[in-house]
Amino acid sequence: MFRIANTPLSPAELKPLLSDAHAGACVEFEGWVRNHNDGRAVLALDYEAFAPLAEKEGERILAEAKAKFEIREAVCVHRVGALAIGDLAVWVGVSAAHRGAAFDACRYIIDEAKARVPIWKKEHYADGSTEWVNCATRPSAES
Amino acid sequence: MKTLRIQYFALLREQRGLTQEQLATEAATPRALYEELRAQHGFTLPTERVRAAINGEFSSADAPLREGDEVVFIPPVAGG
Repeated sequence: MFRIANTPLSPAELKPLLSDAHAGACVEFEGWVRNHNDGRAVLALDYEAFAPLAEKEGERILAEAKAKFEIREAVCVHRVGALAIGDLAVWVGVSAAHRGAAFDACRYIIDEAKARVPIWKKEHYADGSTEWVNCATRPSAES
Repeated sequence: MKTLRIQYFALLREQRGLTQEQLATEAATPRALYEELRAQHGFTLPTERVRAAINGEFSSADAPLREGDEVVFIPPVAGG
C-alpha cells in the first residue's frame, strides 16, 4: 500500500499492515523534517503531491520491491501539507522472512520514491526566503 | 484547436498563479504546450527538466495531445 496523507502519520497504525506469520524481520524507515539543508537553516517545509499519479507510481515501486527481494509486505505513506522540524514526512515498512531482504527492500523503496514519485518540497529558510527543492534554475542567493 | 485541462503543482502552480485551467491550444504535444505556456507565463524551468503526464499517467513529451486531455507538467520531484 502506497498512500499520500494530509494528516499526521501514525507508525503504530501502519505497522500492523506488515503482519505476516512467515515474517521474521521488520524494517521501518522514518524520514523526518530536519532543520538544515545544503548549509542553510530550515524552519519548516511544505510538501505537495499530484496524489493520483503519486499513488500509482508508488504502488509500482512496491510491486518492484516485491519482485526483486524476498519480502512479505511493503507499505509506504508520504505526508503532504505544512510540516514542522521533527515531523514525520515519510514512513516505509517492510516485512520479510529474513532481515537482509527487509533492509534491501526498504532502502530500494525510499530511494525510488524520492527519485520518481511526483511529490515536491518547499523549504522555508531562517533568512525568510523559500525554495522548491531541485527546482532552482540559478544560484539560490539570487532568488 | 483543442480544449485541454491543465493542472499545476509546486513551482509551476506558483508561477502560473492557478491550480488548474482549461485552455484552447494548437499545441500537438506536451513539449509544444509547455513551450507555449512557458513563453506566456515566464516559467523558469526549461522544458527538459519537466516531465509530462496525460490523463493521470506519465507520458512522453512528444505524445499526441487530444481533445479533452488532462495534462500535468511535473517539475523535478523531491519527496522523502
